[in-house]
Amino acid sequence: MAARVLACASCHGAEGEGTSDVYFPRLAGKPAGYLYNQLIAFRDGRRKYPPMNYLLEFLPDAYLKQIAEHFAALRPPFPAPATPTESKDVLARGELIARNGDPQRGIPPCAACHNPNFGGMEPAIPGLLGLRASYISAQLGGWRYGTRTAASPDCMQIVASLLTENDVKAVAAFLSSRPAPSDPSFAPRGSLPMPLACGSEPN
Amino acid sequence: MPRTLKALLPALAAFGLSIGATRAMAQDAALIAKGEYLARAGDCIACHTAREGKTFAGGLPMKTPFGTLYTSNITPDPQTGIGTWTSDQFYQMMHNGRFPDGGLVYPAMPFASYTKVTREDSDAIYAYLRSIASVQQPNRPHDLTFPFNNRSLIIGWRTLFFKEGEFKPDPTKSAEWNRGAYLVDGLGHCGMCHTAINALGGSSDSQAFEGGLIPMQNWYAPSLTSNKEAGLGDWTIQEITDYLRTGVSSRGAVYGPMAEVVYNSLQYLNDDDIRAMAIYLKGLAQGTPPEKLATPLPSAETSLLVSLGKPIYDRQCASCHGATGQGMPPNYPPLAGNQSIEMVSAVNAIRMVLNGGYPPGTSGNPMPYGMPPFAHRLSDDEVAAVVTYIRTSWGNRGEPVSARQANELRAATLN
Repeated sequence: MAARVLACASCHGAEGEGTSDVYFPRLAGKPAGYLYNQLIAFRDGRRKYPPMNYLLEFLPDAYLKQIAEHFAALRPPFPAPATPTESKDVLARGELIARNGDPQRGIPPCAACHNPNFGGMEPAIPGLLGLRASYISAQLGGWRYGTRTAASPDCMQIVASLLTENDVKAVAAFLSSRPAPSDPSFAPRGSLPMPLACGSEPN
Repeated sequence: MPRTLKALLPALAAFGLSIGATRAMAQDAALIAKGEYLARAGDCIACHTAREGKTFAGGLPMKTPFGTLYTSNITPDPQTGIGTWTSDQFYQMMHNGRFPDGGLVYPAMPFASYTKVTREDSDAIYAYLRSIASVQQPNRPHDLTFPFNNRSLIIGWRTLFFKEGEFKPDPTKSAEWNRGAYLVDGLGHCGMCHTAINALGGSSDSQAFEGGLIPMQNWYAPSLTSNKEAGLGDWTIQEITDYLRTGVSSRGAVYGPMAEVVYNSLQYLNDDDIRAMAIYLKGLAQGTPPEKLATPLPSAETSLLVSLGKPIYDRQCASCHGATGQGMPPNYPPLAGNQSIEMVSAVNAIRMVLNGGYPPGTSGNPMPYGMPPFAHRLSDDEVAAVVTYIRTSWGNRGEPVSARQANELRAATLN
């Protein structure tokens, strides 16, 4: 399988660990359901990034599922967390949103769905660690501008539209500064009470 | 006794009717199945289904040098599809490129090829399209620039480029050859890409299958008549059928727009038809290949590119394609002696390096091996160098390419 998906390696690393390019995410160890949803979304154009849309255009569902399972099962070491370039105040603001949300503005915490240790939940909610700040803020921006969409109800589109530019910067800075999780497993399916309905995560 | 018989009559009549009805249904089912197969051969779905859209409900944007066309709804919906069309009217569209009201169809619909389709096959496709799920979705108006938004211009195009007429078998050739010619020239509409498209958006018969750059897509559809390009004269029938049906072969893999054709159409054709197409295609390339002239780079620049290209090749490419370009077919195509690498246009070779690619996942090759993109890892100079090295090494006799060519193709539409 590794040989078949070498096409992914030049951007995502041979083990899906990510590469030095800050916009290309780690794939390894994300839940297979999440990776599968993304592969389908890229193939069908629901998530827009032309190099990915092009590569996947003529690959059938069954193969995309195998590719997703391949990367979900890999556990390469996490990179060293980023040295924060933002101020302590910004990081603290990011941590507050990630752990507690902002109830007054209706913003749920990241931890509610992505697991209190930010490791994700099966089958389709990704972990948020091991990603660079640029990638995280680009994805939140993608939801706001419609270049990244998911199955309806698109909960992340709702969450991202509630965040300000400063919120995005703070959350991205905080998450990217977190060390690797001690236990890289996902929360079991349905174990976290989710505050929003999510088309990608069957409840 | 008479009473009993009388009582039985309605039952007998019903029994007779149901046999008749069952037979008619079986005939319909066979006709619909034949039509579905032929619709695959014609690759109707590729254009008449939008991404994530309902099957055959149209709406796919087709960019042309003259503006954007939106494909039409061909489901049986009476208001927005073709539900009110008769089989005569459907044949008129396929055969003559005219709507039921006599209006002219834009030649993005390949009626110049479909005109070769027999009435019998047209009727089968019609029966199939009557049987699919109806979708109410109005056609989106075309977005063409002046003067191309004037449909009467199509009259001029038709005069120059359209020759009406069903396929006429060549009695001097085999039945297989004729079946292949019928599929390739008719439903397969291979000439739409593999014949040069001129500035008027037409193709000339005298240049049939001589290849050309596909407008807007920036992929080069190679000549099928020249063995220096994609002519299949020295391929075995097995190699051609593998290529057409599974997307990979020991000579090379499909990529770009041809991947779409294999994915949506050719993988579904039966052994006999694929073999027939292979025989006809092989025959196309038996003649003398036309010589085309390229514009060579100065030799000093070429040798510099080659010396810069070798280390890049050894580092980035050799692990799959082999130190001497021999590849490991069918999953890692050979680059030495690969016509797709050597042909005059370097567009496809440059784009493969920039964009990488997966052959289509097909029933014969459900888990294809992919090539990574290098657009983000190699500079224009490096792309030019490695493509020049590949095009001129191991007996390959392609021309060198410039950094400028590589740079221009970075902007090519990906999908």
